[in-house]
Amino acid sequence: MNMPDIMTGAEAVVESLRREGIEIVFGYPGGAVLPLYDVLYESDIRHILVRHEQGAAHAADGYARATGKVGVCIATSGPGATNLVTGIATAYMDSVPIVALTGQVPRVLIGNDAFQEADICGITMPITKHNYLVKDEQELPRIMKEAFYIASTGRPGPVLIDLPKDVQTEEIEFDYPKEIVMRGYKPKVKGNEQQIKRAALTILESERPVIYAGGGVIISNASEELRMLAEKIMAPVTASLMGTGAFPDEHPLSLGMLGMHGTRYANYAIQQSDLIIAIGTRFDDRATGKVDAFAPEAKIIHIDVDPAEIGKNVRVDIPIVGDCKQVLQSLLKYIDRACNSEVWLRKVEEWKKEYPLTYTYSESVIKPQYVVEEIYRACKDAIIVTEVGQNQMWARQFFRYKDPRTFISSGGLGTMGYGFPASIGAKLGRPDKVVFDIAGDGSFLMNSQELATAVSNDVPVIVAILNNGYLGMVRQWQELFFCRRYSHTCLEGSVDFVKLAESYGALGLRAERPSEVRGVIEEALRANMPTVIDFICDPEENVMPMVPAGAAINEFVEVRNKSENKLLVGAVA
Amino acid sequence: MRYTLAVLVENKPGVLARVAGLFARRGYNIDSLAVGVTDNPEISRMTIVVRGDEKVIEQVIKQLNKLVDVIKISMLSEKESVERSLALFKVSADSKTRPTIMQIVDIFRAKIIDVGSKSLIIEITGDEDKINAMERLLRSYGILEVCRTGKIAMNRGLKSVSYEK
Ligand SMILES: Cc1ncc(C[n+]2csc(CCOP(=O)(O)OP(=O)(O)O)c2C)c(N)n1
Ligand SMILES: [Mg+2]
Repeated sequence: MNMPDIMTGAEAVVESLRREGIEIVFGYPGGAVLPLYDVLYESDIRHILVRHEQGAAHAADGYARATGKVGVCIATSGPGATNLVTGIATAYMDSVPIVALTGQVPRVLIGNDAFQEADICGITMPITKHNYLVKDEQELPRIMKEAFYIASTGRPGPVLIDLPKDVQTEEIEFDYPKEIVMRGYKPKVKGNEQQIKRAALTILESERPVIYAGGGVIISNASEELRMLAEKIMAPVTASLMGTGAFPDEHPLSLGMLGMHGTRYANYAIQQSDLIIAIGTRFDDRATGKVDAFAPEAKIIHIDVDPAEIGKNVRVDIPIVGDCKQVLQSLLKYIDRACNSEVWLRKVEEWKKEYPLTYTYSESVIKPQYVVEEIYRACKDAIIVTEVGQNQMWARQFFRYKDPRTFISSGGLGTMGYGFPASIGAKLGRPDKVVFDIAGDGSFLMNSQELATAVSNDVPVIVAILNNGYLGMVRQWQELFFCRRYSHTCLEGSVDFVKLAESYGALGLRAERPSEVRGVIEEALRANMPTVIDFICDPEENVMPMVPAGAAINEFVEVRNKSENKLLVGAVA
Repeated sequence: MRYTLAVLVENKPGVLARVAGLFARRGYNIDSLAVGVTDNPEISRMTIVVRGDEKVIEQVIKQLNKLVDVIKISMLSEKESVERSLALFKVSADSKTRPTIMQIVDIFRAKIIDVGSKSLIIEITGDEDKINAMERLLRSYGILEVCRTGKIAMNRGLKSVSYEK
């Protein structure tokens, strides 16, 4: 007979982590997780002590995005748990599998406003895929098993487990379930064959097809199938921000990103297409612009694992619910030739020639786009993590991505401060890769304390601050839509980033002229240690092209003269 | 339009909060909600009346389905289902008005479940229209207190909302 092991709740949690193959966790201790930390003390699971719990959530998220595995973060009750909230919401919006373990006050005190009590299950209900308050220690193995299963299957997402302190110390019979029985959770992975056939016929009839790929392609590891589909039917491919890396930027059929800061040719192609094949994407307003004016001439095929995304934002002609990879594999079976897209591809090619992504290089002042290009030149297969704002858009526009999981960015929530801790998680998950955090001077300060984490754990990430002295993206909107009234967006004179880095024991570098850019990047790469590079950039560079919020995606902002900043087209958001 | 949903959920603490929270944060309008356990003690049944157009109701159902604790959702059609709710009315009644009130109670096949010297409590079950009609009639006697449940509903005939493994 199989004797179940007797162990404490805390031991059961750690044993469950081991059974799930977890090698690394990100956390910060406190009273309500003392028993758990006591077990971690002797465990072979690596614990990374962050310096703020938000950093733990983002690091777990960056780890998950870079590796495709589940990221784990730990915080104590009350303020520890609430500090995770932004990180959990970030992961939720971008469908990232993380499991958050929080301490909770002992069961008898729950509901009494006990010291460091916060109802974290209530707080995170709208930003988790599911959450648990463990009321019976015997349920721990089942809950742990379910949590990892829910986080990583279907449309992935964060799951939180709230662990009252006394649950961690009670003894249980540990028997890790082999199977999962959840009558309310059965993700559908296989697409409807009839619908897939219909989709294939529609595809073969189309003459102006565009494939619109999203983060779902990356999540389901369907990049190869995506490429095969595009090449087989000869359709150009655009991707949302989250879909960056799903299809190689250098591929002749690539259109780059669509939407607010997408390429002109991607947006024009969408607007004139007769068939949109949307794969693993949710038609976010940043990608579609004004929904009623989106792809007015196109039929839409929508493939997604989450049925609730289908028909949510745009009308869909052929819905297919299922895992992107599986659906694409089935779809490919029905496709034996290309569409009649030759004329269309020539037109797309003309747009690409006519409206390339560009900027005006300067000899005297560093253009942020130039920094991104130089990072690309120096390290083409780096993982690029970003902060939020202009830096994020330039990181997308001027680096040429070729592989999935090499562009990591907070797309849905747009969380400033995400990039740096996420880059630590990404580097720990992919130590073989060079990892850059392309940052803004505002965003970096939101989690710069994680320099201590990077230094003490020897995680050699490179933070490239595109320092424009502004909350640049907000300033850009003020410039374009609020008559250049720069209300509280100037960060001038705030920090010496070199000294900041040095005070943590990291390497601090600075480039003030374009001629210095290449040198400092190379120096940072050679140093192979946590590094911050302060690139002093043109303060008022704008991200272009730009479609104003609420406009159709072919209605671009036209800036006639940079010094006047006259607006020709543009709705105010 | 109003739609009636029968929703089977895990009979666990917090499930009502998950469902109610979903409606609140996505801006769906609930007209009424009633919950009770089913013949399987692990499963509760909610009857939810939602207001919205077809697109909204489709989203409501899909979003509800995403909740891990939601097991099954069925939409009940007005024609093919029966619905009931229950109401208690406390009305003021003296020796003069009592007989006419009791007549109304009779006509509606309602019940008097408490008699005080100056008041009565009336219990009525029925569909909403019936309860509303009674309320209108009682109003002139002076309604002191009203307590109404959410609606519950069930398919007519053999068709049933149940969970099969
Ligand atoms: C936590 C958070 N607060 C506020 C915002 C709003 N916001 C979006 S971009 C931006 C400016 C970012 O400035 P910086 O990091 O310097 O990047 P830049 O745009 O200058 O490259 C702000 C404030 C946000 N996205 N996240
Ligand atoms: Mg800035």
